Amino acid sequence: MSFLSFLLGSKKTSASVAKDRLQLILINERGGGRGPDYLPQLQKELVEVISRYVNINPDDIKVSLDRQDSLEVLEVKIEMPQQAESNA
Amino acid sequence: MTRIVVVTSGKGGVGKTTTSASFSAGLAMRGHKTVVIDFDVGLRNLDLIMGCERRVVYDFVNVIQGEATLNQALIRDKQLENLYILPASQTRDKEALTMEGVEKTLNDLKEMGFEYIVCDSPAGIETGALMASYFADEAIVVTNPEVSSVRDSDRILGILSAKSHRAVSSQEPIKEYLLLTRYNPRRVSDGEMLSLQDIEDILRIKLIGVIPESESVLQASNQGIPAIHLRDSDVAAAYQDVVSRYLGEDKPLRFVDYEKPGLFKRLFGGK
Repeated sequence: MSFLSFLLGSKKTSASVAKDRLQLILINERGGGRGPDYLPQLQKELVEVISRYVNINPDDIKVSLDRQDSLEVLEVKIEMPQQAESNA
Repeated sequence: MTRIVVVTSGKGGVGKTTTSASFSAGLAMRGHKTVVIDFDVGLRNLDLIMGCERRVVYDFVNVIQGEATLNQALIRDKQLENLYILPASQTRDKEALTMEGVEKTLNDLKEMGFEYIVCDSPAGIETGALMASYFADEAIVVTNPEVSSVRDSDRILGILSAKSHRAVSSQEPIKEYLLLTRYNPRRVSDGEMLSLQDIEDILRIKLIGVIPESESVLQASNQGIPAIHLRDSDVAAAYQDVVSRYLGEDKPLRFVDYEKPGLFKRLFGGK
C-alpha cells in the first residue's frame, strides 16, 4: 500500500472484497440450495388454498424468490379472475 | 485398522494429485503400508506425478471388471517399499467405475494389510469424484486462496456430509481437513490474496496445513518425483508437517508469514 493511499484513507483490499463476496454467496448456497427447491411445492399449496375461495387457474399464480443485497424477497403474484367472469 | 483418506477439492488444478502423491509418500516414509488410487478414469495423471507411467500394465478398471488381479495392477513405488500405486484407466470412461467394484477393491486392499488408502479424486462432482469420496473415513479438502476454489470446496464439504457412505448409513461423519495450497504470504500481507484465517472463517473445518506457492512443485512433476522428496524445499517441509499433523503430532504452521526483504536483499536481489 503506497504512502498516498495511506493518507487518503485505506481502500478495501481485493482480498477483503473476495471474503465478503464468498460469505454472501455461501450463505445462499448452503443447505442444499433450499431456495428454488420449495417454490414449486409452495406454489401448488397456495393454489389449493386460494382455490377454496376463488376460482383460479394454477397458471395465475407466480412465485419467485429475489435477492436484493442481503435481503431475500419472496414475491407471490396472483392474478384474480375478472369480476364479470366470476359473476357469470 | 485401515483408514481411507480422500483427497478432493471440487475445482481442478488446485493440487489434488500433487497432494495425493506427497501425502501417501509421507505416510510410507514413516513406515505405514500405503496405497494411493487414481480415481480420474480417462484422465490418469497420478502415474506421471509418481514417475511410474512406464510401468502401468493393468489399471483400476481392469481390476473392477475382473480382467486383472489387484496384485497385477498395483505398482510398487520406485523409492518407498511401503508405497503402492493403483493407476486409473486412460481409455475407459467414468461409468466403468461401479460402486460395488470400488467397495470390493477397497475391502481387498484392507485385507492385504494396507494401513492407509489414499483416494486421489478427480475434479468435479460427477461419478468419479463421488466414488472417490463415498467410502472415505477422512477427507483432505485441497483449496487455493481464490474465490472459485473456496466456493467449490464448500460445495464438496456439503456433498461429503450428505452423500457419503458414512452420511447415508448415519455413522460418525467423515473427518474433514482443510489443506491450503499455492499460498503466497507476500500477496496475503498486501491484501491481494485471501488469508488462511479468512478461509478458515468461511469453510470452518480443521486446517491441516499450508503449502506455499513454489516453483519446486513444477520441478518435482517434471521429474516424476512427489514434491515431498525434494531436498531443501519449503513445499517438501510443508508436506512433511501435514503428514505429522495427520498422524497426531503438534506442529506449528510454517511458511505463512511474510518477511519484508531487508535493504541488502533489495539492493542485491536473490531468490
